[in-house]
Amino acid sequence: MKSIKFSRSPLLSERLPPWRQRLVLVVLLGAFVTLVARSLYLQGFDNEFLGDKGRARFERVIDISATRGRITDRNGDVLAVSTPVRSIWAIPEDAQLAPAQARSLAALLEMDVREINQKLASEREFVYVKRQLPPELADRVTALKLPGIHQKDEYRRYYPSGEVMAHMLGFTGVEDAGQEGIELAFNGQLSGKAGSRRVIKDRRGNVVEDVESIHPPQEGRDIVLAMDSKVQYLAYSYLKQALEENRAKAGGVVVLDARSGEILALANLPTYNPNNRFKLVGAQLRNRALTDSFEPGSTMKPFTVALALDEGKVRSNTPIQTAPGRLTIGTATIHDAHMHGVLTVAQVIQKSSNVGAAKLALSMTPQDMWNMFDSLGFGAPLKLGFPGEVGGRLRPAKTWRPIEQATMAYGHGISVTLIQLARAYQTFARDGDLVPISLARLEAPPLNGKQVFSAQTAHAVRAMLEMAVLPGGTAPKAQIAGYRVAGKTGTAHKIEGGTYANKYVASFVGFAPASDPRLIVAVMIDEPSNGKYYGGDVAAPVFAQVMAGSLRTLGVAPDAPLKPLVMTSAETVKEEM
Amino acid sequence: MNTARLNLILILTALACALSTVNANHRARKLFTELEAAQKRTRDLDVEWGQLQLEQSTLAAHVRVEKAAREKLGMKPPVPGQISSAEPAPGK
Repeated sequence: MKSIKFSRSPLLSERLPPWRQRLVLVVLLGAFVTLVARSLYLQGFDNEFLGDKGRARFERVIDISATRGRITDRNGDVLAVSTPVRSIWAIPEDAQLAPAQARSLAALLEMDVREINQKLASEREFVYVKRQLPPELADRVTALKLPGIHQKDEYRRYYPSGEVMAHMLGFTGVEDAGQEGIELAFNGQLSGKAGSRRVIKDRRGNVVEDVESIHPPQEGRDIVLAMDSKVQYLAYSYLKQALEENRAKAGGVVVLDARSGEILALANLPTYNPNNRFKLVGAQLRNRALTDSFEPGSTMKPFTVALALDEGKVRSNTPIQTAPGRLTIGTATIHDAHMHGVLTVAQVIQKSSNVGAAKLALSMTPQDMWNMFDSLGFGAPLKLGFPGEVGGRLRPAKTWRPIEQATMAYGHGISVTLIQLARAYQTFARDGDLVPISLARLEAPPLNGKQVFSAQTAHAVRAMLEMAVLPGGTAPKAQIAGYRVAGKTGTAHKIEGGTYANKYVASFVGFAPASDPRLIVAVMIDEPSNGKYYGGDVAAPVFAQVMAGSLRTLGVAPDAPLKPLVMTSAETVKEEM
Repeated sequence: MNTARLNLILILTALACALSTVNANHRARKLFTELEAAQKRTRDLDVEWGQLQLEQSTLAAHVRVEKAAREKLGMKPPVPGQISSAEPAPGK
């Protein structure tokens, strides 16, 4: 083949039309301008999409978890705390463990090998192998490097006091949200809000720069309760003992600080262990002192007497004829089991005479009595913010028949909760005034309460209540060595299906030291069925034990000489029902 | 001639600034990593504190203390005759 040199190529001698050259130039220039314009546009105007793509290469959003606040008692003892735990879960399809691996996993988790193999043989895509393990143990599981076995961070709430404070604290459910008690009442403050932030990570996964915080996390706030865990323990253990001795169905104790209105203890039985909530039944969960109302019986008499004193109808030593031990109003008759004859107003409280209290009530107008009950806080919830709190029953004064007015004087036809009763006794423990009660610890006691009775009346009733616990009264078993005590028993028939049944509620409400009251203790025992059912026999000893222990724990100075107590006189006075 | 020298100085200054920016950025990141580590330690210590509090209140539970006092140490609550109370001396 003959070759032709390029420079001599005949094609070169051919002249091309000049427009072709210009066309190529224009096309190339146009393409170049388009590229520049496009890059300017992407860089300057529509830069969001590519910017995001770029940031996605090095920026990460990290979730920041927030822990739930702690609950402590007034002295800082921890009552509820959340601590991180880890759950081990598996994808059964991926988790093909060699027998040796399965054995070492079982040994770490303290589980049976067969149980683990059974779980891993599941058809499902996700199974929990074991939940809520301590982090150290979970780390050792990680070290085994098993295929298909994963871990998940969770929080678990622990209640070190267990069943002693179960009703007050309540518990949290899944997702760490409060379900009962304080956990629910203060859920807003306790629960934190998880946050998230955007950071730049380097190639080793270390965070090197904080770009922005998307939602700042909000840690749950700690709650300091008014409760004193020692007083609570005393209340709980003595109540438990009394329930066993009297074979009672249920019971409750409330301890209030008379000066500040703080709830120092609140115990209910039956109870449950909040750390282990299998097989819970409704009866165990009830915080009876707040959510169940009952007919209080004679513990209401002091209020009737106080109103009569306040209105100037009678004085402490005014004689009242209670013979012949019954009082017929309309078709109904009120009885005293023992004939007392002429009693002074003070003795009506001391001996707990129904007829005497009824006669006093009938000397007053229904509206005045209703106003008194209402200002004492009966008939309406105390609004503590506690879930399920009830107000009891107080019917409007206009609907009262005379017999009802008379029975209300000694605590029938009206129902109250234990906490309402304890609070109403503030009027006698204080100078006739009421302060709000508080679940949380107060920095300073409330200054002035709402005056219900005059200070003079309060002191007169206090003296009568002191007589009731001395020999000759209904509750000598409520006495405490070294302290002057004042209080009142209550024994009421229970209503079942609209009529009064042969079942009882025994109660006692009192305060000490009587010279300068510091604590109010209310005790209620439901259906004592071991022979004894009077408030003075069943509830008063619990009161004395709880009160004595609490006064000693709180270091309250004795106001009476320390000498052995006289528990019984020749005739034990039984209160009327 | 003079302009060329000025340019050289400006270029060197710009270079120095750029390098110091890089250095500052690097130091900032290192410090930030330290801050992160310290914050993580704070959280870990807080968790540990919670666990220790839990342990403390479990060990100091009144049920446990009472049981130990009664059974191990043979203690019992005083009866009225065994208690005597001390009053502060007058004037103190």
